[in-house]
Amino acid sequence: MKISGAEAVIRCLLAEGVDLVYGYPGGAIMPVYDELYKFQDQLHHVLVRHEQGATHAAQGYARATGKVGVAIATSGPGATNLVTGIADAQIDSTPMVCITGQVGKHLLGSDAFQETDIIGISTPVTKWNYQVTEASEIPEIIAKAFYIARSGRPGPVLIDITKNAQFDEFEFSYEKCTSIRSYVPVPKLKLDKVAEAAAIINSAKKPFIVFGQGIILGQAEEQLKALIEKSGIPAGWTILGLSALPTDHPLNVGMLGMHGNYGPNLLTNECDVLIALGMRFDDRVTGDLKTYAKQAKVIHFEIDPAEVDKNVKTEVAVLGDVREALNALLPLIDDNSHAAWHNEFKEKHQIEFDSVIKEELNPTNNKGISMGETIEMINKHSKGDAIMVSDVGQHQMFACRYAKFNSTKSNITSGGLGTMGFALPAAIGAKMGRPDREVVAIIGDGGFQMTIQELGTIFQTKVPVKIVVLNNEFLGMVRQWQELFFDNRYASTNMINPNFVAIAEGYYIKSKKVTQREDLDAAVAEMMASKDSYFLEVMVEKENNVFPMIPTGACVSQIRLS
Amino acid sequence: MEDKTFTISVYSENNVGLLNRISGIFLKRHINILSLNVSESEIENVSRFIIVVNTTEKWVQNIVGQIEKQIEVIKAFYHTDEETIYLENALFKIASGLLFDEKQIQNIIKESQSTIVTVSRDFFVISKSGRRSEIEELYAKFKPYGIMQFVRSGRISVSKEKMEISTMLEALK
Repeated sequence: MKISGAEAVIRCLLAEGVDLVYGYPGGAIMPVYDELYKFQDQLHHVLVRHEQGATHAAQGYARATGKVGVAIATSGPGATNLVTGIADAQIDSTPMVCITGQVGKHLLGSDAFQETDIIGISTPVTKWNYQVTEASEIPEIIAKAFYIARSGRPGPVLIDITKNAQFDEFEFSYEKCTSIRSYVPVPKLKLDKVAEAAAIINSAKKPFIVFGQGIILGQAEEQLKALIEKSGIPAGWTILGLSALPTDHPLNVGMLGMHGNYGPNLLTNECDVLIALGMRFDDRVTGDLKTYAKQAKVIHFEIDPAEVDKNVKTEVAVLGDVREALNALLPLIDDNSHAAWHNEFKEKHQIEFDSVIKEELNPTNNKGISMGETIEMINKHSKGDAIMVSDVGQHQMFACRYAKFNSTKSNITSGGLGTMGFALPAAIGAKMGRPDREVVAIIGDGGFQMTIQELGTIFQTKVPVKIVVLNNEFLGMVRQWQELFFDNRYASTNMINPNFVAIAEGYYIKSKKVTQREDLDAAVAEMMASKDSYFLEVMVEKENNVFPMIPTGACVSQIRLS
Repeated sequence: MEDKTFTISVYSENNVGLLNRISGIFLKRHINILSLNVSESEIENVSRFIIVVNTTEKWVQNIVGQIEKQIEVIKAFYHTDEETIYLENALFKIASGLLFDEKQIQNIIKESQSTIVTVSRDFFVISKSGRRSEIEELYAKFKPYGIMQFVRSGRISVSKEKMEISTMLEALK
């Protein structure tokens, strides 16, 4: 049977198990929208308010479910508005397929209305992209797109489809893609490398595990837990690794990096073996590479060969699927407790608690509400079961430092790209992907205004997300840097904000504003109990800083507590 | 680590846009590509890029890894000059009159082991294959007499060691 290219796009999405897409219509993608209309009982389309929101929603959906998120946009500005989300998905390894309309093939290169070279523009920020100019290419290319997006180290794929290819009819058949000859998604695990790693781990006196999102993407949470429990090795996490291991696990020693915990940063430079699992030694984690873990033998479990020895020289690299690798490693690991070593982490934690955490969670000296205590209040009511979607800035660091998580895929944030405006649309996607779970977005007053229009999407779809804006009337993280490194010159960080509650109410979202500490508990309780979406604005102390902190370019052991 | 000249060889599918994807990896690190050549390889439907850059060994390792992970790239290698057989090709367009007026021109052609591609009433064209230094030497010799046009190709090279690319592709079939 002959069908149009546009109908083929929908049938391909259905064949890939997609039931939800985010997007925004426009001229060059109209044939696909016409088919979305016809297939609306099988494929739900969420109309966002800006294409960037479609990508972040697709990312939130992907991160919460492990499935591929899908975003659709028209040509020209529709396509370029996707770019920030695509770049975010690329650097955070999020599986996403973006479909853009394009002017007809005969108009390509002619500067036609709403023509833009989205293939050229998106090339550096996609795992793969392709321009379809003939309808008959559609099944094979979409099959490849999904295979590439989800396999190996996941990432975003963009498929640009010219308008003629959407209209033209062809004989449709669909076959899933299972391999591409030039692409090795998962390197074959070498058991001798696993054995080498095991020998080094078993003879270590002060081993330290650092894990990243690879554990979540590789579904190796149980293996990680089994490894640390058997070996007694303390484990610290990168921001994207958070929630792969319950936060209250006794061997979970906290966050690495710039605003991470004191112990894991300091002791990175005292361990004798550093075992990196599914993480890529980002500069926010390592600080100055010349002084990073130089005393340690580094073992790197990694799926992407290009990450090995990119930033940190490894003693042993175990390439392959992390779950398979850990399953092979586990029987070779000796039982141990490393009690004395673990105590060093506890001592460091006590120092951090006394000088930073205690005051953050229970501010004294008549100070206003802190971000940390707000997160703690959410913990009290969520009991660690909510998905937390954070934006970018101080509130993000507080959220990641203080949030409690019992289960995996619960922390969704823009790690690598640091995209302000990420959280509100990402929370929409997360809640739609996991309607069974509570989803709380934690956003600053700056980032909130970057994608505030997605309140319209929440209103229209009635998706019951909880939105918390921590308002310090500043671009807080930049202000903190200005205070510490630019001699208090607050250049363009002071925000004169609108009445957020009135805006949320304009979208008929239940809202509340808290300015006094004594009202916080009841407000958070009301928000968490709400069956509908809820907007909570918390006025927080204006000039609080996030500590500890490793200044840019400093060594992890130069971490500052104040 | 000091900068050195490296020859990067990339075996890839022959697809639109891949050149852009590969050159973007150099752009991202602010590395100038000294020479680039794309052609068919010894394997049917497989293209071969030869890219010459001046950088550190650590960076060339990173870059080759980042090139290789592109979906349509089959395999990428890097070599130092000592590890490859390489040359470039140059064309010199010179006024025909010189061939008769300047006796020395004929000697230069003979000594340089270059070949005359064509001769017409107005000009003749000389082709010279060899290392960059040999071509530059020839250029310097012709220069005083006047060169109407000059062009030099990118480096092409083959490695001294075996590349396991054919067997790799065979295994994938």
